[in-house]
Amino acid sequence: MTTAPAIETKDLCKRFGAVQANDNISLLVEQGTVHGIVGENGAGKSTLLKMLFGFYQPNSGDLIVNGQKLDLDSPSDAMAAGIAMVHQHFMLVEPFTVLENIILGAEGQGMLDHAKSDARAKLLGLEQQFGFDLPLDTPVSQLSVGERQRVEILKALFRGADILILDEPTAVLTPQECDQLFELVRLLKSRGKTILFVTHKLHEIMAITDAVTVIRAGKVITRVGTSDTSPEDLAEAMVGAKISRAVERAGQEHGAPRLKVEGVSAQSDLGHAALKNISFELFDGEVLGVAGVAGNGQTELLDVLTGLRPVSSGAITLGEEIVNSLNSMTDPIELRRAGLAHIAEDRLKTGVVADMSATENAILGYQREQDFSDNGLLKLSAINDAAERYFESQDVRPRDPSLAVASFSGGNQQKLVIARELARDPQTLIIGQPTRGVDIGAVTKIHDQITELRNAGKAVLVVSADLDELMAISDRIIVMCEGEITGTVDIGDADERTIGLMMAGAHKETSAEEVAV
Amino acid sequence: MSAQADKLPGAIEAIVMPFLNTLIAFLLSGLLIWALGEDPLYALSLLFDGAFGYQEGIGYTFYYATNFIFTGLAVSVAYHAGHFNIGGEGQAMLGGLGLTLAVFWLGDTAPLLSVIIAILGAAVFGGAWAFIPAWLQATRGSHIVITTIMFNFIASALLAYLLVGPLQRPGGQMPESSDFPEGASLMKFDELMSFFGVSFEQSPLNVSFLIALVMAFAVWFLLTRTRFGYEMRVAGKNQSAAAFAGISVPRVTIIALMMSGALAGMMGLNELLGEQLRLIGNFTLGYGFVGIAVAFMGRNHPLGIVLAAILFGVLYQGGAEIAFEITTISSDMIVVVQGLVIIFAGAMPHLMRKPVSAAYARLVGKGAA
Repeated sequence: MTTAPAIETKDLCKRFGAVQANDNISLLVEQGTVHGIVGENGAGKSTLLKMLFGFYQPNSGDLIVNGQKLDLDSPSDAMAAGIAMVHQHFMLVEPFTVLENIILGAEGQGMLDHAKSDARAKLLGLEQQFGFDLPLDTPVSQLSVGERQRVEILKALFRGADILILDEPTAVLTPQECDQLFELVRLLKSRGKTILFVTHKLHEIMAITDAVTVIRAGKVITRVGTSDTSPEDLAEAMVGAKISRAVERAGQEHGAPRLKVEGVSAQSDLGHAALKNISFELFDGEVLGVAGVAGNGQTELLDVLTGLRPVSSGAITLGEEIVNSLNSMTDPIELRRAGLAHIAEDRLKTGVVADMSATENAILGYQREQDFSDNGLLKLSAINDAAERYFESQDVRPRDPSLAVASFSGGNQQKLVIARELARDPQTLIIGQPTRGVDIGAVTKIHDQITELRNAGKAVLVVSADLDELMAISDRIIVMCEGEITGTVDIGDADERTIGLMMAGAHKETSAEEVAV
Repeated sequence: MSAQADKLPGAIEAIVMPFLNTLIAFLLSGLLIWALGEDPLYALSLLFDGAFGYQEGIGYTFYYATNFIFTGLAVSVAYHAGHFNIGGEGQAMLGGLGLTLAVFWLGDTAPLLSVIIAILGAAVFGGAWAFIPAWLQATRGSHIVITTIMFNFIASALLAYLLVGPLQRPGGQMPESSDFPEGASLMKFDELMSFFGVSFEQSPLNVSFLIALVMAFAVWFLLTRTRFGYEMRVAGKNQSAAAFAGISVPRVTIIALMMSGALAGMMGLNELLGEQLRLIGNFTLGYGFVGIAVAFMGRNHPLGIVLAAILFGVLYQGGAEIAFEITTISSDMIVVVQGLVIIFAGAMPHLMRKPVSAAYARLVGKGAA
């Protein structure tokens, strides 16, 4: 019994219409190990995971859990088989307490009190066993992202899960929180749990997993012991060819200030102070990275820079013009005409209209420009030509602009957005999460493009939750925490640990050593 | 994800799916008629015979369809801007009031001019009636579904007041106005045909059917060819993308809903300026509400709306024929049949999606292999 693998799949296939999302996937996950799954976006990872926890049913092939062949018709079947999933986007009810969230869906009958007291006893036992210290009666809305993730994991353990699927668990965490997660994963493993760790960050695979399966284009490319491989080999297996950076940063001094932010404060949608007296400058010929844990004012910063949110004090100057100050905000169309392009951080929410065609999305934000419309009428052939051009210039696939944007992969959607925003040769670029949901092949290309723009003397501001990304492309990094800038570092002096501490709120004035003690 | 995976080619989406849904509704209706001890096939033949069997029947079918085209287009314009305008009834009533005022103002001196002003009056009053809910939605966030429903009641009360007060026919007892002045009317279809030397039986069908078709084309043009139509659809699908693109969502909301109200208001042209030749209380008879079903059945595409409107015209006219010929089937029964069509073709458009996409996938799979 103990020798049976925790999860084994044999020739698992899943088709959507004409698309073969999973093609004869054979996966082997040993009991009590941490098994990594890596692959580009659109490689079929999500489809595989969704079959493992019963959300999709395979077209053919077998799924064997603990030596038993199973047909999982729903997530509750998977749960019954001891498989639980911790989603990238947490499935928690924010106003509910930790306890209420955990018993959600397993309340038993009628009255809650009984279920709650039973659950509390069991949870305290689990917390002790696995070293959690979550406050059971605190609303989830008051917890940090890392704590919320632990709630999800505790929930899975509470339901009796022996196999945990973690889907991109580190995407939302600070480096310190990542370390805590890794400790927890190791502890879970030592207590006999099996963990499926899905990520696109190869150093995490190297750090935490025992074995790794690489998926590309719906097929298993390789399965290797982690100690027998290297990040370079894994990256090559993921994309199918050795990737290398084509563009080097030219060793230039930056130019004149392009964008000045002086004493800017702004409110969030809920009316809280989201930006508190922020000041910085963005120069021509530099990439300025903005680091921080998601939700610390970066979104509002992007908004005030791009004419989407008024400031409550201070001023933003683009070139010589004040573009955002109290009671006066230049609208996004005028900003674009002034040479400021915006690649939105939440592509599907803001950057595109997902169920309109790629052609229609190709003019979003530029619909009032003379070449796309005149006297209120759209110039359809010019618009079609532009879409074709954009597809060509960024190699968007499939090469069919009449398809709805939603039917493209994340990477290809981003390529379309980039083509659109670069089409008018903007001098200033405001980019939010340039590679979120983008496959690794496209990531390199996007980073190269950003570097090329910088080398050509453009002013580029990049907000990213991925610190590695910022370290790779920025000249300077400013760090945000709770709406304030907690530090500015030149890339030459930057190290992840210092930046991580700044992300957690330690000001630069306090030295790293002091905080560490 | 799965909805995306089940996406079908446009032709199947636009024709096969609504056809199948309508077919199911008809099958169920047939069962119902059979359960009442009547012959469903006979009823079906009556339906089509009543709707298309003779010229007067055809006239009535398209006369009803005209109302549905206006109200269906009204719902769809609002829908493309992301709003659910349930106020078609009230906007149509106000449209009727607008055209009546225009006709009484100018009808005696310049009947032809009064008709042109009346067409504008119907649109302007309908649009103005939609403005208040639209403005409240755009600037105060008051939900348009609630406000437009309320405005239906206000419109109805307003009309009732005017028609037993200032606008009532002098000496009359009914809630209706005096007859429109001589010549202040839209040309009947039979008159139009005789103009071309073709004889056609008398029916209420009038040139507002042609106006409705022109409006359908205009809506199509608005949606697909104009910048405002584009901005309106962006705002309707994704408000935050609209802000990103520099589109003022409140402005678009107000203009789109006023267009919607104007289209609903034009329904009065058909009923009042085409047929009744006086303003009567509650002349809208629920057409404004049926417009919702028409819009959804027509997938909010102007061509689809015209076709769905004709189907509802068939149900109204042919249904009346069934109720007349088969005594066990009352006119309420016909409402049930209409309800079934609305449920299957309007409210459950995705009912047959799975089997159809499975069949399609098999077909394509074979074609590829």
